[in-house]
Amino acid sequence: MTQSGYASERETTEGRVFTVTGGDWDTVTGSVDPLSNEKIVVNMGPQHPSTHGVLRLVLELEGETVTDVRPVVGYLHTGIEKNLEYRNWTQGTTFVTRADYLAPLFNEAGYCLAVEKLLGITDQITERANTIRVLFMELNRISSHLVWLATTGMELGAISMMLYGFREREYILDIFEETTGLRMNHAYFRPGGVAQDIPESAIKKIRDFLVYLPKKLKEYEDMLSGQVIWQERTQGVAVLDVTGCLALGITGPVLRSAGLAWDLRKTMPYCGYETYEFDVPTATTADVWGRYQVRLAEIRESLKIVEQALDRLRPGPIFVADKKIAWPAQLAVGLDGMGNSLEHVAKIMGQSMESLIHHFKLVTEGFRVPPGQVYVSIEHPRGELGVHAVSDGGTHPYRVHMRDPSFVNLQAIPAMAEGALLADVIAGGASLDPVMGGCDR
Amino acid sequence: MTIEPNNPTGGVPVSADPVGADIDAPAQTPSSPRKGMFGITGSGDVSGFGGLVRRHPEVVGTPKPYGGYFDEVTDALEEAYPGFADAIEKVVVDRGELTLHIKAERIAEVAQIMRDDESLRFELCSSVSGVDYLNSDARRLHVAYHLTSMTYRRRVRLEVAVPVGGFVPSVTSVYPTADWQERETYDMFGVVFAGHPNLTRVLMPDDWEGHPQRKDYPLGGVPVEYKGAEIPPPDQRRVYQ
Repeated sequence: MTQSGYASERETTEGRVFTVTGGDWDTVTGSVDPLSNEKIVVNMGPQHPSTHGVLRLVLELEGETVTDVRPVVGYLHTGIEKNLEYRNWTQGTTFVTRADYLAPLFNEAGYCLAVEKLLGITDQITERANTIRVLFMELNRISSHLVWLATTGMELGAISMMLYGFREREYILDIFEETTGLRMNHAYFRPGGVAQDIPESAIKKIRDFLVYLPKKLKEYEDMLSGQVIWQERTQGVAVLDVTGCLALGITGPVLRSAGLAWDLRKTMPYCGYETYEFDVPTATTADVWGRYQVRLAEIRESLKIVEQALDRLRPGPIFVADKKIAWPAQLAVGLDGMGNSLEHVAKIMGQSMESLIHHFKLVTEGFRVPPGQVYVSIEHPRGELGVHAVSDGGTHPYRVHMRDPSFVNLQAIPAMAEGALLADVIAGGASLDPVMGGCDR
Repeated sequence: MTIEPNNPTGGVPVSADPVGADIDAPAQTPSSPRKGMFGITGSGDVSGFGGLVRRHPEVVGTPKPYGGYFDEVTDALEEAYPGFADAIEKVVVDRGELTLHIKAERIAEVAQIMRDDESLRFELCSSVSGVDYLNSDARRLHVAYHLTSMTYRRRVRLEVAVPVGGFVPSVTSVYPTADWQERETYDMFGVVFAGHPNLTRVLMPDDWEGHPQRKDYPLGGVPVEYKGAEIPPPDQRRVYQ
């Protein structure tokens, strides 16, 4: 064993410890025998900029090679599913929208479709409500993929992409705010329809955005795709083939990057997706590069759907005809800043005792949902979002389970990262696009 | 569980139960059969509605033919699985969904055949989730498996029921994706999956006690002031059912 003049060494229970006193690092590191050295365990997260929120990875490293990864989740568990059981069915949208905060409208859509299926009113959802849902879900898909592009860019060293991605997403959030009143956590889709109609000003903004984004997207693609560093960091990294995806339950862009064109909008359509014209982009490389290309192509496909949805927006009701389910519709902002319908208040307070009784019952109890259970799944930006809803015939959900794609997809991190370099854990994890709000619920 | 303050095994000494862990919590929501109307019990009820009892509807099996692809699926399973008559308790078709109620100890076998048989091919286990049917003791905890066949574009739900403390064979050897989802079901409901490689809590902290999604586990919460009025926590508010 060499004894360096600069670094004395001693054996401790934790392994060999060097005390460095001088400046010659070559001598110091040269005296470490790489073969006899033990593995080191590194804890990454839960607070780490590149773990997309509070994800914790316990990594076992041999040099820079990862030999073992254990993802630890649950830091953002907020009990959304439990809370739903204490509120009525309509109030449920306010909770589920907060699960996956980058795709709030998908959470709402999944939940509302499940409640509607339990009620048996899926066929009664009006044409306009369905079109608005498709329109908003696709805008949300674009905004979610833009955040993916932004954060992944940042994590792989393209900091400017982070700024651009978030900037373009702001345009979509403006459109959402114009219509729903909120940038995130909209509670806009309700069982039976949508809460408000789209104002003309928002439609104009969407039209402008349809012209604006394709040009910008081209710029970003030019900026990243030809970049040697970007290629090196993504090509052949974190490969997961179709077999691996199916075994681990991975869906969404990750599965499509492995070559299987499984998109629930095509294979098990809902909300009238079968009437829209769009393609399901796939790649065959099954790596981070493939997922990047699939997501970019999906943004373009979503733009196509948004355009078609805008063209087929016809005036009409946005809620089912059943007033028991539709009661919060047609609100206006009152003096106290909250939603109110002055005509409705005048009627129940001044004209009709029966209306007042009905109003009281509907507001305090909500509507009843016949007993039974359903499972509804939609294509979320990250994969299959499933909602398993159980009703016992009451006015509150008996049980709602959200099968969130982030939760299921995170199981793929060990399969993608073990045996690869530490830097590729970041790239692979980012390519799954996990959102911990959805994962932990 | 109590741990001695100066435990000789080392580690962090714990003298009190962790906050929020209350395994002996009283039942806060009488879920089934529901009783009364306004959440009022005792002398506060002068309306008489407090005595109303709502009964749970019985789940009844659906007679053949089931319609759609449901007949093909059940027939194919019957052909491929010799223990069909014994393992399948009930077949229910409701709202366009097929549910096979299966004896808990047979679930892994059935899952294997559902995945591998040529005419079934349920390659993907989309979701595993639990439901607590309080007051139906021997069948209190249900686990629902939602399988998807990508080849035939079909879905089916397998459902098992066990009492508290009962075992369900893990399907992780058939569907590795069920790993975390079974852990979540264990975490939230306390269903024990036998043969699971690493059955630990996944969402709640490791030292948590109790299983939060059970119906007799309280929601918890504190009263909040809103516009001058004090609003009680959600599970203590007056309930209109």
